[in-house]
Amino acid sequence: MTAVAQTQRETGLTGNSAIAYAMMQINPDVCPAYPITPSTSVIEEFSSYVADGKVETELIPTESEHSAMSAGVGASAAGARVMTATSAQGLALMWEMLYIASGMRLPIILTDVNRALSAPINIHCDHSDTMGARDSGWLQLYSETVQEAYDNLIMAVRIAEDKRVQLPIMVCLDGFITSHAIENISLLSTEAVQGFVGEYTPDSALLNVENPATFGAMTLPYAYMPLKKQQSDAMTASKPVVEEIAAEFALLSGRNYGLLEEYKLDDAEVAIVVLNSSAGTVKDAVDTLRAQGKKVGALKPRLYRPFPHAEIAKALSGKKAVCVLDRADSMNGFGGPLFTDIRSALYSDANRPQIIDRIYGLGGADFRVNDALGVFDELFKVQETGQVDELIKYLTV
Amino acid sequence: MVKNKDFTMLDAKDLPLGGVLPDAGSAEEYETGGWRKLRPIFDPEKCIDCLTCWVMCPDSAIYVEDDKIAGYDLDHCKGCGICAEVCPDKVQAITMVEEEN
Ligand code: SF4
Ligand code: SF4
Repeated sequence: MTAVAQTQRETGLTGNSAIAYAMMQINPDVCPAYPITPSTSVIEEFSSYVADGKVETELIPTESEHSAMSAGVGASAAGARVMTATSAQGLALMWEMLYIASGMRLPIILTDVNRALSAPINIHCDHSDTMGARDSGWLQLYSETVQEAYDNLIMAVRIAEDKRVQLPIMVCLDGFITSHAIENISLLSTEAVQGFVGEYTPDSALLNVENPATFGAMTLPYAYMPLKKQQSDAMTASKPVVEEIAAEFALLSGRNYGLLEEYKLDDAEVAIVVLNSSAGTVKDAVDTLRAQGKKVGALKPRLYRPFPHAEIAKALSGKKAVCVLDRADSMNGFGGPLFTDIRSALYSDANRPQIIDRIYGLGGADFRVNDALGVFDELFKVQETGQVDELIKYLTV
Repeated sequence: MVKNKDFTMLDAKDLPLGGVLPDAGSAEEYETGGWRKLRPIFDPEKCIDCLTCWVMCPDSAIYVEDDKIAGYDLDHCKGCGICAEVCPDKVQAITMVEEEN
């Protein structure tokens, strides 16, 4: 898109433009896609790069997201670097193929612009789409800002294709809030991105006629179970790889990314855990309360799959009261997915805090600084009394 | 292809990543006759070489040489009994018998 083509490297871009720009710089071999709100403009802008000859990518417009991910599986097994983007129902329609991509160890790179799942139909932000895919064997990186989404996508290529990992990866950013808002961003040069991501060289590929192999073969229990163990081990092994690649990326960009971001957390007594764009809102509330001398902090997981359980437990150990903010409900009668994961991670910690879950922002419902301040008020009460009145609650409803 | 006739659990580190088999076209080596409960017993004395069984066998498990039935591929025959069923009533050259184990 010309708007992007004319920008300088220190510029302002929407999340979707930044993702499309990163995809242009990465120049993947294949991009099978079926656009869906709010991720549409990623593919729209990327298709302009294809049309303008800025990339050599084979863009495959499919008839559905199921077909998009099926084409992605085929192309990746053939040996291609595959990238695509989707949202909500689109990710849901890819479901069957998500598990096939991870089980076949295909390092497909997908951007999910977070949007609420129907019904009722709603096009606005929440995390029910990618939270539903949290156990599909894909790595998941969450992004607070446009800059983080851009950086995460570039790092995602290296993480997924690393020989110790070889698993598909999703980069998540908040629909409309991050995807359509223009923020300041510092872009890398295309040469730098190209140098960083390098060439994709799979060990076996359908198009490798020198060494033909069989892909997607039937397995009986004696092979299925050890293959699942192999996949699970790779998921565990990917955690240090995410850190290693972030360290390498920091040398290139000057921007540091951990598995988690701790905000004024060190000496905090109460804290909020939150993913994606609302972390910015919470940080604002932290600043307000810190100015009043209150010991508050925030924790923002960047990596959610594999789940950095030990790092999260360490970061929250010794706090008095913690609230997990979930932008999705598991509909299991026990709160949101981030809550159950974090509560479980803290179970064996002798100094575990009291912990509550607050479901917020479903279907794009506003979450304001005042709402975050209200959560801190609840936490102060928990801290004071040592009692949790309401373990799980919907906020602002 | 990973051979594992006794169906014991394999070790994760011996398996190719993502179950990719390093040989192409390995389905040919997969012997499926082990599922069989009934075995076709063929009587060449009665057979009139009409080849109906050969045409109808869903597993292509019947060998033909010089237009005559030459035997069975028991590594792939599933014991479905279609061959015995289609053999003409007046001929009945195939009898299905229980496999011993
Ligand atoms: S029993 Fe079935 S599989 Fe076996 S030879 Fe006869 S028709 Fe073929
Ligand atoms: S159907 Fe019966 S008679 Fe005909 S070829 Fe087969 S065994 Fe022989």
